[in-house]
Amino acid sequence: MKKNTLLEVKNLTKLYTSGYIRTAEVIGAKNVSFNMKKGEIFCLVGESGSGKTTVGNIILRLIKPSSGKVLLNGKDVFSYDKRVYWRKVQAVFQDPYSSFNFFYNVDKPLNDAFDLLDNSPSKDERKKIIRSTLETIGMNPDEILGRYPHQLSGGQMQRILIARALITGSDLLVADELTSMIDASTRVAVLNELLRLKKNEKMSVLFITHDLAQAYFIGDRIAIMRKGEIVERGPVKKVIFNPKHPYTKELVASVPPLHEKWEL
Amino acid sequence: MNKTLLQVKDLKGYYRGTFGVVHAVDGVSLKVSEGERIGIAGESGCGKSTFAQLVTGTTTPLLHYEGGEVKVNGFDVWKISPEKLRKDVKCKLISYVPQAMLNSLNPVKKVREFIADMLKERTGRKHSVNEVREMAADHFERLGLDKHVLDVYPHELSGGMTQRAITAISTLANPKLLITDEPTSALDVTSQKRMIELMIDIQRKGIIKSLMCISHDLSALNQLCDRIIIMYGGKFVESGKMDEVVNNPLHPYTRALMDSLLPLERQTKNKSLTSIPGVVPDLRNPPPGCRFHTRCEKFMEICRSKNPPTIEKKGRSVKCWLYSRGRLK
Repeated sequence: MKKNTLLEVKNLTKLYTSGYIRTAEVIGAKNVSFNMKKGEIFCLVGESGSGKTTVGNIILRLIKPSSGKVLLNGKDVFSYDKRVYWRKVQAVFQDPYSSFNFFYNVDKPLNDAFDLLDNSPSKDERKKIIRSTLETIGMNPDEILGRYPHQLSGGQMQRILIARALITGSDLLVADELTSMIDASTRVAVLNELLRLKKNEKMSVLFITHDLAQAYFIGDRIAIMRKGEIVERGPVKKVIFNPKHPYTKELVASVPPLHEKWEL
Repeated sequence: MNKTLLQVKDLKGYYRGTFGVVHAVDGVSLKVSEGERIGIAGESGCGKSTFAQLVTGTTTPLLHYEGGEVKVNGFDVWKISPEKLRKDVKCKLISYVPQAMLNSLNPVKKVREFIADMLKERTGRKHSVNEVREMAADHFERLGLDKHVLDVYPHELSGGMTQRAITAISTLANPKLLITDEPTSALDVTSQKRMIELMIDIQRKGIIKSLMCISHDLSALNQLCDRIIIMYGGKFVESGKMDEVVNNPLHPYTRALMDSLLPLERQTKNKSLTSIPGVVPDLRNPPPGCRFHTRCEKFMEICRSKNPPTIEKKGRSVKCWLYSRGRLK
């Protein structure tokens, strides 16, 4: 294992089976292998049903793989104690509106993040840490704390969830389609935040998306998935502007450009 | 000049409920001529979908029509009786494809049974399977759909196919104007492109005359439409030819919106992008004066107190105090 490798995914395969006697199988992921370095943004791109989320969920230990391994710092992720593991790996999901409990104000998810730590700080200290964390991600704590989820915009909610990863001091953030439900106008703030995390906190981000433009903007390396398999991988610039695989070519050609028109 | 198909004058629609009155669409005017493809863009919560519903004369619970005029080919949508509206205007003149179109097919019926139901509502008599086939098969094929789509259940179709099937069903009676709400946003990029091609194709084949497309995705609208309207806080803030608006946005909101977009272009990699600060105003009590003044970087004192005038020139219009002294070139 190389020194600065954080996460290794080795020959990951996941088959979803349904039925009891006559079982049917659907391939979720097939022989997926990649590794992530410390402080790198790695993008998984593909259309819906290509297995991006399956890979993300296995890395998060939410589902078990049929075969293959995921290693974090050289150790199998399923051998970690759960609390220790989720301290190191945090996630932000697609729908901010269902990630929050609407009956509590947003202080609660931030406070709950401290429960993952071994010696949780006192109440006053927690408050101080929460305030300083919100300030580092460019939010005004007075505008956020004590509010309820419906009073915030989607972008703000996603950034609060990112703040949780900062509180627990995570090494890896799994961002599963985190911008697809928020408006273009606030999307950029979330993406900029991820770039800042990478630069200042040396956090690695697994960025799962179907939007090539976002992957290009944010990512260092990219893997294109199709039907559970990785069909092309490499540095973003190379893969997107010089694609080799026909599927990648098709994908790139389908993104509507803003300053030129398609011949239709 | 082409014939005017749709004329909207000072249209207003509010949501009324225990939460108060939401001024969702507040005095907008628009003209669509035959052969035009027009796009409406803006953030979520600025009244785009409400506008589309009001134009078709449909109200969902809590949405109330509050004044103004919608004329479709001479029919005043809000003056004629609902029965006449249903029989003579809907489907024949305007067809509306709602946002949640992936849920709009009946999950327990085959596509052709769904069409049969629809025809029964229209003509008042039952149609045999063969009759439906005859009527729909050709039309489906013209839209590049296989005939067998008629004989499957909605869950057997992929997202892109469902969307094509629904577009086909809603254009069965060759409406003059098709209004689609977010036709591409629930789809993958590859299906998105096919959907845009389909829309242009049905207009070229003469199945529809004009298209009104509502979306938050400006790059998709750029490919599809020739005219664009930017909506903010229940009002139209800017409109004009697609290329002109994209390449030279006038209203500060349009400019901010363009700056926050992320197209797939080589130079975006190292560009610093900016988001629009703040949130969309609460339309229960919209800010006085210009509705964008709370987030505008070119804020002036007058913006707070007075509603900006709409300045028009050469088919381009912008609603902003910046251009009030004829500075619009």
